[in-house]
Order: sequence, then structure tokens, then C-alpha cells
Amino acid sequence: MSAGAGDRPASGANRGPGRGPGGMMGGGGPGGAMMRGPAEKAKDVKGTLKRLLPYLASRRMKLIVVFILAIASTVFSIVGPKIMGKAITKLADGFLAVVQYIYRLMYAINTNQPASAIEAARSAYIPQYDMQYIGRLLLLLAGLYVLSALLSFIMSYLMSGVSQNIVYDMRNQIKEKLDRLPLKYYDARTHGEILSRVTNDMDNIATTLQQSLTQLITSVATILGVLCMMFSISPLMTLIALVTLPLSVLFTLAVTKNSQKFYVGQQKAIGELNGHVEEMYTGHKAVKVFNHEEESIAHFQEINDRLYDVGWKAQFMSGLIQPALNFVSNLGYVFVCILGGVLVARRSIEVGDVQAFIQYMRTFTMPIVQTANIANILQGTIASAERVFEVLDEPEEKPETDHPVTLAHVDGHVEFEHVVFGYSSDNILMRDMNIEAKTGQTVAIVGPTGAGKTTMVNLLMRFYEVNGGQIKVDGVNITDMRRGDLRKIFGMVLQDTWLFNGTIFDNIKYGKWEAGEEQVYEAARAAHADHFIRGLPGGYQTILNEEASNISQGQRQLLTIARAILSDPAILILDEATSNVDTRTEVLIQKAMDNLMHERTSFVIAHRLSTIKNADLILVMSRGAIIEQGNHQQLMDVGGFYADLYNSQFAEEA
Amino acid sequence: MIKIMRYLKPYLFLVLLGVVVLFGQAAADLNLPNLMSDIVNQGMLQGDMPVIYRTGVKMLVMAFAGAVCSIVASFFAARLALGFGRDVRSAVFSKVEAYSLYEYEKIGAASLITRTTNDITQIQTVLVMGFRFILYSPIMCVGGIVMSLSKDKHLAMILLVSLPTLLVIMVGLASMVVPAFTTMQKKIDQLNLTLRESLTGIRVIRAFNRMDHEKERFTQANRDLTNVAIRVNKMMASLMPIMTLIMNGTTVAIIWFGGLRVSRMQMQIGDMMAFSQYAMQIMFSVLMVAVMFVMIPRAQASAVRVNEVLDMKTEVADPAEPQTPPQQSALVEFRGVSFAYPGAERPVLREISFVSAAGETTAIIGGTGSGKSTLAGLIPRFYDATEGEVLVDGVNVKDMAQKSLRAKIGFVPQGAILFSGTVNKNIRFGKKDASEEEIERAARTAQAYDFVSQMPDGFETEIAQGGTNLSGGQKQRLSIARAIVRNPEIYIFDDSFSALDFKTDAALRAALKKEIENATVIIVAQRISSIMDADRILVLDEGRLVGAGTHLELLQTCEVYREICVSQLSEEELA
Repeated sequence: MSAGAGDRPASGANRGPGRGPGGMMGGGGPGGAMMRGPAEKAKDVKGTLKRLLPYLASRRMKLIVVFILAIASTVFSIVGPKIMGKAITKLADGFLAVVQYIYRLMYAINTNQPASAIEAARSAYIPQYDMQYIGRLLLLLAGLYVLSALLSFIMSYLMSGVSQNIVYDMRNQIKEKLDRLPLKYYDARTHGEILSRVTNDMDNIATTLQQSLTQLITSVATILGVLCMMFSISPLMTLIALVTLPLSVLFTLAVTKNSQKFYVGQQKAIGELNGHVEEMYTGHKAVKVFNHEEESIAHFQEINDRLYDVGWKAQFMSGLIQPALNFVSNLGYVFVCILGGVLVARRSIEVGDVQAFIQYMRTFTMPIVQTANIANILQGTIASAERVFEVLDEPEEKPETDHPVTLAHVDGHVEFEHVVFGYSSDNILMRDMNIEAKTGQTVAIVGPTGAGKTTMVNLLMRFYEVNGGQIKVDGVNITDMRRGDLRKIFGMVLQDTWLFNGTIFDNIKYGKWEAGEEQVYEAARAAHADHFIRGLPGGYQTILNEEASNISQGQRQLLTIARAILSDPAILILDEATSNVDTRTEVLIQKAMDNLMHERTSFVIAHRLSTIKNADLILVMSRGAIIEQGNHQQLMDVGGFYADLYNSQFAEEA
Repeated sequence: MIKIMRYLKPYLFLVLLGVVVLFGQAAADLNLPNLMSDIVNQGMLQGDMPVIYRTGVKMLVMAFAGAVCSIVASFFAARLALGFGRDVRSAVFSKVEAYSLYEYEKIGAASLITRTTNDITQIQTVLVMGFRFILYSPIMCVGGIVMSLSKDKHLAMILLVSLPTLLVIMVGLASMVVPAFTTMQKKIDQLNLTLRESLTGIRVIRAFNRMDHEKERFTQANRDLTNVAIRVNKMMASLMPIMTLIMNGTTVAIIWFGGLRVSRMQMQIGDMMAFSQYAMQIMFSVLMVAVMFVMIPRAQASAVRVNEVLDMKTEVADPAEPQTPPQQSALVEFRGVSFAYPGAERPVLREISFVSAAGETTAIIGGTGSGKSTLAGLIPRFYDATEGEVLVDGVNVKDMAQKSLRAKIGFVPQGAILFSGTVNKNIRFGKKDASEEEIERAARTAQAYDFVSQMPDGFETEIAQGGTNLSGGQKQRLSIARAIVRNPEIYIFDDSFSALDFKTDAALRAALKKEIENATVIIVAQRISSIMDADRILVLDEGRLVGAGTHLELLQTCEVYREICVSQLSEEELA
């Protein structure tokens, strides 16, 4: 890797939508929750779980209460059907008694028994439905249901705080960690990648904590409870239920396995499609002007057709599960009806038992499917947690020195002494860099891309640590200062015009938070930004939108310059600071800069040689080394690289 | 939402078939409790075994038929939803490819991408669900009500109480939860924004020592999100228990009142049991429809966005009878051209006139926002002039077919747009049937040959999406080679030398000179040195032509030009 590290910030962040192939078909329709693409595999399940536990442990008491509530609520609701069955049995008993009474009476009449016998049968005790008993049962039942609902509510209520607060802590923890990570970490990955760990992965963990954990408890409790109840009604019928159980699990597994290839194919097609769309849309101008629309559309159709072919199959497969599970459960239902009917007819169980059993069968399928899912979900969550922990495990910046030196007054005398540096230890860029910038001097750095110009800034600001040698400011090694104190010395204007989502006023004020209103205006005027700012509909209170696209690139640059001016640093760093403004505006800014740079040590990196001609010292860099140095005249006299570069501007005139 | 459903037309037959099949499924599902009540009433209580077996077999057949119907339905659903998605996606993509730059910029690339991918998928997903729930649930709901009425009209009164209760509570909860979800989404966005800013601005934040400030912002956003999320979760916590309670309450009520009716010999026990199952089926259907009502607004928003793309009128259209210029004379002419974006207060260009003939180089210079790029974009009809005429080879560009017009042009865009694929493929983008020699030659002229051949696989090196594995200057040179290989009549360089160092810039221009003898060259530039030797320099200031002529002429006559020169060149260079 060359010095490019500093040259490409922000590359990943504005990738825009369609970030990953996964974004497009998220849910995948009904039953989609049951079948996702291949589940992500965690590398070290045990280790990750072990690290997750402490987060839960600190909320131990609440969790235990939640567990107890979950089980209690489940138990209460499971007893329901059994009681209901009793009520129905009682009804049936009443019914059968009445039937018997009528049967006897009819029998007496039909067989022409003596009147006394008929009268006896008629006046026999007419069996009453025991509605009082049934009423008591139903009251009990209603009470249980209310209790169960209440407990389940309290459980979810308690859990909502627990899970969210855990995630809150984790997010803060990861943010603090990010603050301590060296820039090396940021330069090595896209922003999207880091972002996804703090948001998507965290969300994943939160959802699992909130839903899956309690679901797991209630599901397992339900399965066990229902099994017990079913067994108490009829072991034989329970057997039927247990036979249908593996059937549905097997079927789900088979479908999942078979549909996997469609899902993989679908993800691939989606990825390709998103990629093509993204590329063709962002390159719209080129597509149009090179008459490439037809090819582009043809290619799109091809991917789109492929997506359809594989997509509907995946969709259909996932759509199969619901009907199939339904069928299996209906099968169980039918067999229970038949077998129950036979058993009732033989008086070995009661009618109400059949009703209860049917209800148990119905409540059986859901928790089983859920438990099967939870395994998948947990795996994904652990993978997420693993990625979060990965960030937390990254090596941090070198800790601050124990006895930091603070400079009371900064003269701005900067020295590089035998500096050795490489972005990785096996790829050394700078071998022995020696530079001296005297107080008040302007040092310009020129050279081709990758020469290490931006690296100099990275080292000066201590974004990266040197591998050897030292950098001194006013004779103090910069590693002997606190980073904050060191950076206070410098003011920086970069090619990358970072502004945040807020008012223009606040963005300029960012340079010096304690600055007064007038100082902000002053800085804006010095940067020649005041005029355009006042021309904006909201003036200084105009809110820059997320991409700050409501002002031009050049205007953004003016704001960053104003920000630097406001911070009033002892040493200035200008890294291609005016590359985005047109040259007439640049002249204006240059004047402002000249005032700013007057009697201040400044480092200037520039493309346009005209802007650095007046520098006290020009360093020509190539591949991490300084190949020429001197002022403009000296370098022109040498007739080397710099002179060559300079003269090439006018090659055709000559 | 309804508007976009026109794309369902080809699948109307599938929809109808689907409805039929869903009816079948509903009939099967609704008949099962009915048969069960037969088993209870006639079988169990009467001890009639054959009835139990006979009815049991009927139930089996019914369950199987239901399963088949439901599988067929999901087949239809998959075919039609994905087919619909494919068709809409295709329509949207083709439409966008036909967009002029005006429509394109109006919506923006990022938004167009979302609309073509995520938004359509969103609608497609709702369609799959919809087929199942929107169509099936009402069938079940109505069927269930009919069945339960047929079992016992009086008992059905219970539903009159429990269904409205269910609905009222659901609507009440939804009216609380849905806005809360919206707030939560906003808080999530806020957190993401804060985080993304602290990532993109990491250097600035550290340089200005604002880490604590950023952390505070993050913690605040995090706290906000957590609070809202907890609030939402707390509301959601009541949802399931309440629903379960209503269902269970209904069952209890059915058994109590049903029991009373049974005790008065007005109803049979089996019917009561069947009734309670119908009640469950009805309530579940209602719940499902409610879930759909939560889904639909999201799809609705997507549909609106997709429709906007489809309904957008393309400002730049081919004429009914396109003209072809009599000869290829490489002539570009502007006659009193003005351009304003629709609705804009001030025009971007005002009354521009000039002629650039074969072998001539016309340069356009001016400050940011002076309208340089817009002017160049009028030639390939990225936009159409609001007033005046742009002529190529003597014909108004509006009277030409866009394709044949653009075939004459080699355009090098400002941002150096490259595509994923090999270097070779990227240069070939300019001319599909270019030979290897032509590609190499173009690369040499564009000063790209050296660095390309130094890359691991030379011309077969893969370029990452957006050309991220190349430097800005390298990208620009490839993008120039792509235009050169076309060997066009008209070259347009839209600020295409900015990322080149002076040396490469000069070498490139020297090499180019030989290639373009018979072509017209339009160069948009910021650097004086890139255009000093042009035959004609147009100086733009806020959309007006404030000077035209050669470098030396303009130095004498044009104040703005002189200012630009002074800003870039030293005294001795000016002399």
C-alpha cells in the first residue's frame, strides 16, 4: 500500500442504497420468517456467549423475574383447555342424562308398559344441567386467563427495558472504543462496514434479547406443559400428536434444505441486479452519451429474468411450509377426532377431553416452529455479537504519555528527525525523513500522487505513529504531549470538506466552540464566505443537509477554511485546501490565507504550483523521500524534477 | 398503490385462478369443524362408530384438498408477485435509461437506485402477503361468519361483542404504536447520521479535538433512541396478552352461553364446539387483515415513489421524423442559446452564440457555477436549450435522433465515470467493435498506456466498481481513452484534465492534437494552461458570454479573463 491511506476517506460512506445484496428481499413473504438465506455461522459460539453473559448478568434479578413470569403465564394458560374440557364434559353429562331420561320414557311408552311404569318414568327426576358447576369452572377459567395475560404483559414490560438498556450500553461502549481506535483502523475499512456493526448488528442483538429470549422460554414451557396435559388426557392420542411432530419438523427441514440453493441463487441475482442498477444509474451520463442504453437494458433484463426464475421458486418453497404445516396439524386434528370419538364412544375418555386435546394440538405447532427458528436466530445473533466484540478487541491507540508536556507558548518550530514510517511494518514508505520548518516559515510539499504528502499530515497530527525517529514541535517530541494539546496547535484545511448536519454557523464555530458570534462572522468574512452565506435563504442559520449538497463543493471548502481561521492555530496545515474553488475565488482566499499564514508556520500541499511559488521552503517528494528541497528560485536553478514539473505547464508555449 | 397494480394485468388470469383456489382452501378449512361437530354429535355421544369412521375419512379428504389448494395458491402467489416485480423493475429501469439528465438530476441517482430495487421489492413482498391475507382473510372471515350463523344465530351475538372489541383495541393500539414506530425510525436515522458523521469526519473531529462533543451527541442520540424503543416495546408488550385475552374470553363466553343453550335443548354440544372454532378462525382473519393494514402504507409509499419514476415525462425526446445531416462536417454552432432549469429564477446560460468548425478547438472557461458544464451538456442533448438553437453539422440537435447525434460525440465527463470490468472493456465502452490495436492506440494517446501495462493484468486488469482501485488521474485518462477510441467528429472534454499533473496534461494535449485534426474539440476547463492555445476561448460569467477570442486577444479585451489569468499565472508568464 502506498501513501494512499490518507487520500481516500469517505469512500465507503456514500455508497448509497443497495449496500449489500441482502437488503433487497429481506422478509421474503409469508413464511419468510421461517426461512432465511443460509444462516450466518459464528466462529466461536462458546466464547462469544461467554462474553455476552456479563451483559445479562448485571440485570440478573430482572431476568430471573422475567423467567418466572414467563413460565407462570404459560402454565396458567395451558391449564385453560383442560378446565374448558371439564365444563364441556359436564354439559355432555347433562345432555346424556336427559337423553337417558327421554329414552327410558319412550321405552316405557313404546313397549306399552303399565301406566304406573310410564308415570314413574315420567315423574322420575329430570336431570338438570349443572350450570352452577359449569359457571364456577368458567369463572375460574376466566380468572386464569386474565392472570396469564397480566403476567405475560408484565414479563414483556420488564424485558423491554432490559434489552434496550443492554444494547444502549453496548452501543456506548463501542462508540467509546471507536474513539480510541487509531486512524489506521478507519482507513482500512469502509464506513459502511463499521456502521453496520454499530447499527445492524446491534439491532439484531436487541431484537433477539427482546423477543427470542422470552419466546424460547415460553415455547419450551408450552411444549413441555402441553405434552404433560395431553399425556394426562390420553397417552394413545398423545402418541398421534408426537408422530405428527417429527413429520412437520422433517418437512420443514427438507424444504429449507432444498430451497437453500434457490435462496443463494436469489441473493446472488439480487446482488448482481443491485450492482448493475447502481453502476448504470451513477454512470447515467456516460451510458447516455455512448449510446449504451440498449446494452444496459439487455443486461438488466437478463439478470432480472434470472432473478425471477430463481426468485419465484424460492418464494414458492417458503410458501410451501405454511400449508404443509397446516396440513400436518390438520391430519393430527382429524386423527384426534376419530380416535377421540372412538374412545369417547367406549367411555374411556370424556367429550370435553377431545375438545381440550384439539386445543392442545393447535397450540403445539407454533412453539415448535418457533423453537426451530430460534436456533437460527440465535446463530445470527451470535455472529452479530462476534462482529461487535471484534471491534471491541481491536488494538487501541498508544496510550497518552504519563507526564505530558504542555507548551505555554507555541513558536511553531517543527522538526522531522530521521523519521521512519510505513502504513504496515513490511511496507516502509519513509526511511529517513529529515525536515526543519523554522518559526513562521511556509513549507510547501509537492510531488505526484502516492509520494507521501498526506502522510506527512497524518504524522504531524499524530493520526499515525512513526515507526522510528521523532517529530518535534518547539523541541518537544510530539509523543510527549497529549494528543489533544498537540492538535490544538494545528489548524487544518483538508481536501475532504467534512461538514456536519447542522447550521452553517455551528459548522464554522466547530473550529472554536467558545467563539463569540462576531468572531464567527469575522472568520467567515476572512474566508470570503460571508457573501455567499448571506445570499442563502437561511443565511448563517441555513442547515446543511446530510450530504451538504445544498451548497457547492467550492462553498463547502470556504466554510472549512473559515472554520480553520476561527480556530486561530499556531501552525497551519493546508492539504489541497483550495482544490475545489475556482482560481479567481482562490486568489481571494489566498489573500485571506496569506494574512493567516503571516508569521505562522504553515505546511501547504498543493497541486497548483502557482499557489506555492512564494513558499520559503519547497519539498519535492517522491515515494516517501524528499528528492529536492529549496525555494522556488533555487529549485528552478537546479533544473530537476520541480523545474520539469513547473515548465511543463507551459510546454506548448515554448 | 392501485395505479401500480396495472402491472398485474398480464397475471389477471393467475389472480382469478388463485381466488378460486383460495375459495377451495377456505371451504376445506371451514368444513373441518363442521365435520368434527358431526363426529361429536352423532358419533361420540350416540356411540355410533361407523359415523365416526365415515366422517373421519371425509375430514381427511377435506384436509388434503385444503392443503393442495393452499399449495397451488402459494404457487400462483409466487409466480404473479415475482412476475409483477420483474415487470415493474424492468419498466422502471428502461424508463430511467431513457431519462435525460434533467429528470435524472431531479430525482437523484441514489433515490433512483432505491426506487428500482428496494421500493419494488417492498411492493412485491406485500403482494405475496396480500394474496394470502387480503384475499384469503376476508373469504375466511365471511365464510366463518356464515358457518357460525348456520350453527346458531343466537350464539353469534357473542361475536357482535368480541369482534368490535378486538377491532377497537387494535385500532387504538395501532394509533399509538404506529406513530411511535415512526418516531423510532427517525431516532434510528438520527443515530446513524451522528455515527456516520463521526466516521467521515474522523480527521476533522480529532484535529479540532471535538471527540467529547461528538461522544455527547452520540450518547444523546443513543439515549433518545433507547427511550423511544423502550416506550414502543412497552406498548407492544400489551398487544399479545390483550389479543390472547380477547380470544380466550370469547371462548369462555361461547361455552357459557352455548352451555345455557345446550341445557335448554336449543343447541348440540358438537355445534357449540364447532362454533368456538369458527369464532377463532374469524378473529384470526380479522387480525391478519389488520396486519395487512400496517403493511400497506409502507408499500403505498413505495408505490408512490415508483409511480413518480414511471410517470415522469422525458423532456428530451426524439422527433417524430428525425433528420440526418447531409454530411459529417464536424460543425458545432450555438445560435442565441439560453438555458434555464424549469422553475428556476435565473437562467443558467443566456444568449450564447458561437461556431466551432472541424479542426478547431473551442475552450470554455469561467468560475464555478458559471454554466460551463451545462453549455457542454447541451450538445449531446443532456438538456434542451430553452431558447435559441444548438446545431450539429447544420442540423438542430432537437431534430436529430439522439442515438445518431451521440454517435458523433466523444464525451469525457467531469467525474471520470468508469464501470466494473476490465480496462479493455471500459475503453471499448466507447466503441463496441474496436480492435485491440485501436484500444491500445487510444490508451497511448490518452497517456494511459504506461500505467495500464504496469498493472498486474495489463489491459485485462479488473476495475473495481466506481474505479476505486485507480487514482483520479488514472481514471480521467481511461475516460479520455474511451472517448478517443470512438474517433468522433466532436470531442467534448468536461473539465477532464483537472486531476492530471501538468506534465501529463501537456503530454496528453500534444498527443491528442494529432488525433483530432478533423474533429471539433470543445474543452471545459479551469486551468488557463490547458486552453491557452485554443482557437477560440469563451469566457463565461454567471451564464453570460463575456469574452470570446484567442488567449492574446482576450488578455487585451476581457477583464474577467485577465483576472483568471492573473490568479493562475505569474507576471512573466503573462507577458
